[in-house]
Amino acid sequence: MTPKSGDRFSDEIMLETTTARQRISRGFGMKKILTSLALLGLVLTGTGAATTGAIAQEEAHNEAAPTHFPIHEPKEMDWSFAGPFGTYDKAQLQRGLKVYKEVCAACHSMKLVAFRTLEDLGYSEAQVKALAAEYTINDGPNDAGDMFDRPGIPSDHFPAPFPNEQAAAAANGGAAPPDMSLLAKARGVERGFPRFVFDIFTQYAQGGPDYIHSLLTGYDEEPPAGMEIPEGTSYNPYFIAGVSLKMPNPLSDDQVTYDDGSPQTVDQYSRDVSAFLMWAAEPHLEDRKKTGFRVLVFLSLFGALVYLTKRKVWAGVAH
Amino acid sequence: MSEGHSTYTPKTGLGRWFDARMPLPRLVYDSFVAYPVPRNLNYAWTFGGILSIMLAAQILTGIVLAMHYAADSTLAFDSVEKIMRDVNSGWLLRYLHSNGASFFFVAVYIHIFRGLYYGSYKAPRELLWILGCIIYLLMMATGFMGYVLPWGQMSFWGATVITGFFSAIPLVGDWIQQLLLGGFAVDNPTLNRFFSLHYLLPFMIAGVVVLHVWALHVVGQSNPTGIEVKSKTDTVAFTPYATIKDAFGMIVFLFVFAYFVFYLPNFLGHPDNYIVADPLKTPAHIVPEWYFLPFYAILRAITFNIGPINSKLGGVLAMFGSIAMLFLVPWLDTSKVRSAVYRPWYKLVFWLFVADAVLLGWLGSQPAEGSYVFMAQMATLVYFAFFLVALPVLGLIETPRRLPNSITEAVLEKNKGGGGGHPAGATAAPETKG
Amino acid sequence: MSATDIQDPNRRDFLYVATGMAAVVGAGAVAWPFIDQMRPDASTLALASIEVDVSSLEPGMSLVVKWRGKPVVVRNRTEKEMKDGEAVNLAQLKDPLARNANLPADAPATDANRTMPGKEAWMVMVQVCTHLGCIPLGQEGEFGGWFCPCHGSVYDTAGRVRGGPAPENMSVPVFQFISDTKIRIG
Repeated sequence: MTPKSGDRFSDEIMLETTTARQRISRGFGMKKILTSLALLGLVLTGTGAATTGAIAQEEAHNEAAPTHFPIHEPKEMDWSFAGPFGTYDKAQLQRGLKVYKEVCAACHSMKLVAFRTLEDLGYSEAQVKALAAEYTINDGPNDAGDMFDRPGIPSDHFPAPFPNEQAAAAANGGAAPPDMSLLAKARGVERGFPRFVFDIFTQYAQGGPDYIHSLLTGYDEEPPAGMEIPEGTSYNPYFIAGVSLKMPNPLSDDQVTYDDGSPQTVDQYSRDVSAFLMWAAEPHLEDRKKTGFRVLVFLSLFGALVYLTKRKVWAGVAH
Repeated sequence: MSEGHSTYTPKTGLGRWFDARMPLPRLVYDSFVAYPVPRNLNYAWTFGGILSIMLAAQILTGIVLAMHYAADSTLAFDSVEKIMRDVNSGWLLRYLHSNGASFFFVAVYIHIFRGLYYGSYKAPRELLWILGCIIYLLMMATGFMGYVLPWGQMSFWGATVITGFFSAIPLVGDWIQQLLLGGFAVDNPTLNRFFSLHYLLPFMIAGVVVLHVWALHVVGQSNPTGIEVKSKTDTVAFTPYATIKDAFGMIVFLFVFAYFVFYLPNFLGHPDNYIVADPLKTPAHIVPEWYFLPFYAILRAITFNIGPINSKLGGVLAMFGSIAMLFLVPWLDTSKVRSAVYRPWYKLVFWLFVADAVLLGWLGSQPAEGSYVFMAQMATLVYFAFFLVALPVLGLIETPRRLPNSITEAVLEKNKGGGGGHPAGATAAPETKG
Repeated sequence: MSATDIQDPNRRDFLYVATGMAAVVGAGAVAWPFIDQMRPDASTLALASIEVDVSSLEPGMSLVVKWRGKPVVVRNRTEKEMKDGEAVNLAQLKDPLARNANLPADAPATDANRTMPGKEAWMVMVQVCTHLGCIPLGQEGEFGGWFCPCHGSVYDTAGRVRGGPAPENMSVPVFQFISDTKIRIG
């Protein structure tokens, strides 16, 4: 430290100051900063709201030729895994797995998910083994150098319905069905200002399952009069990238038999499979939230202790 | 870092033996224990410490992630998912690292705005400020290359767009772009070199941080009044006073960080990055990480040719220019008073600038169409006006408030004011504490 | 904090100690994930058991398969090799324990305990020297069993260490005959 040098500015000003000193402004106080931030927030909200309003008006004028997708926002559902103490509903995940196996798996792969991880859904080791054995896995080469088929074992991943992406696209009208392992995290409709700010406090992180559920239940709606729906596609106002998509309505009531008495409706199937896909995309969600709670409790206590220590240390020093 | 007035006295024989041969304990003692800091530093000054732990945390989590990551375009995406699913605590380390990058930038922005508000860049701290700007540039490079590594759609197309900047350079642009990519498009060679550099740059940041701290300890910390330290009563010892206050600041910061890591780990990311990179399919609209958004908005705001400069080159120049402004701040600001506390007009202009930067960030996340483009152009104009007009002109025309004679005087005045006219005591009113 | 708190030394000490301890606990908790991530991951732990077709092995022939990243030898031993193995006096053994994962840990290293009951001809063993992890050569060395070229450890026809620096018999992994010609290892 060299207090002598580098102090030209304040020295000059000091000479000008008189003895009749006025109360010095304390602009660096916490209150002022908060007030300023609040004002800033107001200004931003104003501009944000004004522009979004203007754009909404621009969009509204032609229903039959929308330019922004999805046409409808996803419906927000109640998910058991939402919020700080969210957990997966294992019965729901098991139902969702059933829907995946009997419906989705015909076209969609889920190659990042291993059978062994299905124990998270509440299955026993033996059940997982039996479930894995239902699948045929192409393995090899054997000693003769040939590939061969064998029943699946828990360490295998869900096999893909098509040998490669080209085959998948060729069999599905030119659009390869996306892999489902991460779908629930790979889809999400822009929340927009100011909702994304509120999402921080409500911990809204269910954009993926909300989207999937809305899409699966959104096939019933009729397109507005005059809207052109391309050949070989289905209108769905919840689809994120256009008026219609290649996937036809995959679900119908009573299509999948539930053993636990849950309603066999498209809505229930959609909820269950969306929850299942959330698990597939984020298998450690429960662990994460549980650990998070402990971490925050610890930081609060530790923070309180450090704050008290700080007050003690600074007690005799005006600052 | 000491200037020959070290107060370190080794107490043990071993301490004296060590001190005579390699006075590392003395250096640590002088820099982090006895080092005098102004007594009036507020919590905005804890962000230097916060940045240090964020850098350390990023390096640590990064090193362990590299134990599991495969820098190969066919394996990268799945190896990240393996970390998320199979590696013990892998999801935690990966979310710490990805959100850590964001919070590193949160901290650095607060740190930079603090410097701008209190005039911390003014003489004799110009070099300190410039070293900070270099750290910021290195952070941007590191953050950008790190975002490419998961090899998702945003990784791939972000890399495509950002390396595309260089193709705007006349004559040699395409050559430079190919040099960066190691090919004609982003591909495996790009991923490999980005991984290598992403691992290297944080250590370069750490090196520049050492220089930054060195420069800081030569000139001393600025403070909310902007008045230099004049006597011993103006300062307190770094330990325990600053250390405990820094510790509390860090814990509050880590609390917010942990909230995002554990409850909103993908809030600051983009869903498209959970789709594996596809060189044949561009996402509907490409957005960089949030911390680049203001610059991205400036890049896109230049939609017109300026004389011989076409809009593409113009956008790139404006974007790099907006960062270059930071380097020039010490010379653009003509004010003789450091702190915005005593500069009523500058204070107003400063908060407008903050609002403008946030607005630019929001615009950067919106599609470049309709009224957004015009708004981005206006906001870009305001951005540059702050540096090129407000900083030089305000310093010449503004009448600053009266400055106190010393830090001590300012502190005593403040406590008197806070106490509502009662004689100044040792304790301040609770709401003015900190 | 009022002034009286500051003057109470016990309370101040308590606060400092509590804060320091909380810091230590926090540091420990933070360190754990960094160590935890080094352990074998879920996919490695779940690594499949493997099935080996041994129908082609005549007495005196062996094959080697890779299991958990290590070579496992399956040898159809000759009559002579079996007799040699049975003739060994347990007191001569350097390591008296069977090291057979299918048996209790304290089972003695008899030739029978190194193999499966009823399948005594078959030696199934992780072919890794217990000294420093090299791969011993088969049917070599003083006892006609295995010989490690790295540091000269010698094993007999039942894979028991008989000389050299190796401390233990080579380990027998968990395995079972799922048919007369198929072995499942793991």
